[in-house]
Amino acid sequence: MASPRVSAALEALAIPIGALAGAMVLFGLFMLVLGQSPIEVYSLIYQGGFSGAFSWQNTLSRAAPLILTALCVALPAQAGLMIIGSEGALVLGGLVAAVIGHLMTGVSPMGVKVAMALGGMLAGGLWIAAAGALRQYRGINETISSLLLTYIAIALFNHMVEGPLRDPASLNKPSTHPIGDANMLGNFPGLDVHWGLGFGIIFCVAMYVLVKHTTWGFGLRIVGGNARAARLAGLPVSQLVLTACFLGGAASGLAGMVEVAAVHGNANASLMAGYGYAGILVAFIARQNPIAIIPVAVLLGGISASGGMLQRRLDLPDATVLVLQGMAFLLVLASETLYGRIKLFKSREIPA
Amino acid sequence: MTDLGWWGVPLGVLGGALRVSTPFLFVSLGECITEKSGRINLGLEGILVMGAMTGYAVSFVTGNPWFGVLAAGIAGFFLGLLHGLICNLPKVNDIAVGIGLMLFGTGFAFFMGKPYVQPKAPNLPSISFGAWSDMPQVQAALQVSPLFLIGIALALFLAWGFRNTRWGLVVRMVGDSSDAARAMGYNVNVVRTLATAAGGFLAGIGGSFLSLYYPGSWSEGLSSGQGLMAVALVIFARWNPIHCFYAALLFGGAGSLGPALQSVGITSGYYLFNAAPYVLTLAIMIATCSPRRTLAGAPGELSIVR
Repeated sequence: MASPRVSAALEALAIPIGALAGAMVLFGLFMLVLGQSPIEVYSLIYQGGFSGAFSWQNTLSRAAPLILTALCVALPAQAGLMIIGSEGALVLGGLVAAVIGHLMTGVSPMGVKVAMALGGMLAGGLWIAAAGALRQYRGINETISSLLLTYIAIALFNHMVEGPLRDPASLNKPSTHPIGDANMLGNFPGLDVHWGLGFGIIFCVAMYVLVKHTTWGFGLRIVGGNARAARLAGLPVSQLVLTACFLGGAASGLAGMVEVAAVHGNANASLMAGYGYAGILVAFIARQNPIAIIPVAVLLGGISASGGMLQRRLDLPDATVLVLQGMAFLLVLASETLYGRIKLFKSREIPA
Repeated sequence: MTDLGWWGVPLGVLGGALRVSTPFLFVSLGECITEKSGRINLGLEGILVMGAMTGYAVSFVTGNPWFGVLAAGIAGFFLGLLHGLICNLPKVNDIAVGIGLMLFGTGFAFFMGKPYVQPKAPNLPSISFGAWSDMPQVQAALQVSPLFLIGIALALFLAWGFRNTRWGLVVRMVGDSSDAARAMGYNVNVVRTLATAAGGFLAGIGGSFLSLYYPGSWSEGLSSGQGLMAVALVIFARWNPIHCFYAALLFGGAGSLGPALQSVGITSGYYLFNAAPYVLTLAIMIATCSPRRTLAGAPGELSIVR
């Protein structure tokens, strides 16, 4: 039998993959009941998401914000918090970035981009840190408060975009003033994908190192394991929780900045494309592991990129991929029960 | 039409409270049953949307909106059952499953509901309590849905039932101490699963109100988080069905502040006023929660208050 460490890693890999395969079988049966060929559906998902330069480009530019919004769930989760407010941090980050991009003049485009990124991260970070603070200091459940904060953020966003910050030139689709072509993010060298993907990967690697290989991260994981024990050990629990929330929110805010500076060129209602909600799913499939988020986000990005293809070729509603995602989510959560119960992954008991 | 001036605002809020509160009432009563048994179901938002779609579709096909209400309840029952069964597995977190159910329920409803976005299904009738007044605004404000009255009766029945019936005591015991329930020979998982399914039934009916009474049609943007706010509302109402009713009225009133102000010509902060229910929920939670003590009346097994 392999060493405990290897078998634990194998278990953490095999169970989510098994759950995803189960979801695919279930979804295939559902398609069969509706009179569609599951093989055709899956081959279209493959074509739409993962074959050819164009679909890869589409997939990766969807994966970029997903990586960042998933971090907004995964980082607080290290401290035992279940935050689902990434969408709110994303729209606020995008709004702040758009305002900075429009107002900052007389600075080099590089300076503007840095300011936009920092502004977006600050806005998103403070928003999610607020949910953390409400939990630490007022005992309010962070799942509910973060979602309420998302609704409030969206209302604020709509108010600003359709009111004080509206560009009078945007007639049919209320938007903020454009940030200008010079301030747009370019493409990742060698790929036809914008820099957001690079930001996401760098953020994930940095957070992985921070969480798994620093004393700070060790303290954070102790808080997640048992907050009372952490407090008794003298760890600054609230400070750890708030920082984790801030970093998560900052990732989501950066996603908003990327969407503004690389895709839309201004802040408008298209920012609310559901990346925040899909990011929750990504984080759970990745079992809150910052590195595992990257491949999972690419997979889900590909599935959602193929939605249009399914709609055109098979005349299926655009919500088809949502059904597949929902089934995957429920099965992945149900598969939590299997950990430690499959013989194959059991390592020998260490003799006492 | 007489001009009411500023009086239109409180009247609009009152009318809105009577109209908009019904889904809050049903979902919060459903969540109340579930939480009393010691579990929390955050997926009621998904069940609400699913109920709205099912109710509309069945009303369209059969031509009878009451069949729609029943079908919405049944759809909600099965989704609640699904949540209950998944949570019966050891080591599965009920809050996370709720989030999953929220995404699954809305996605599934959007998928199945695509053909029903256009057609017009028969809506539920309304009962008018405003015939004594000759002002059309008052008459409009006092139009009440029969589901609202059923909801009031249900709140009274649940408050009585939790205190005075065998099943009420069993649900409360399972929620307060699973050890005590096990010692009495009750199967904790069965009771909780049934409580979640019952909660889903009510949330489904709450959803059918949205599509069959007000706003009265099915679309993908139908729900604006009522299912989730109801979870917070139950905490505010301290797990008391009667208080759930008052809280639902309050939330309904807050939700209609924006449209009421718009009717007297204040349009500038429309989106901000629409956020009133969320701000209110958050403010209430800030005012009433505390990290140092558990909430009075909270079921002892509930993960959200521990």
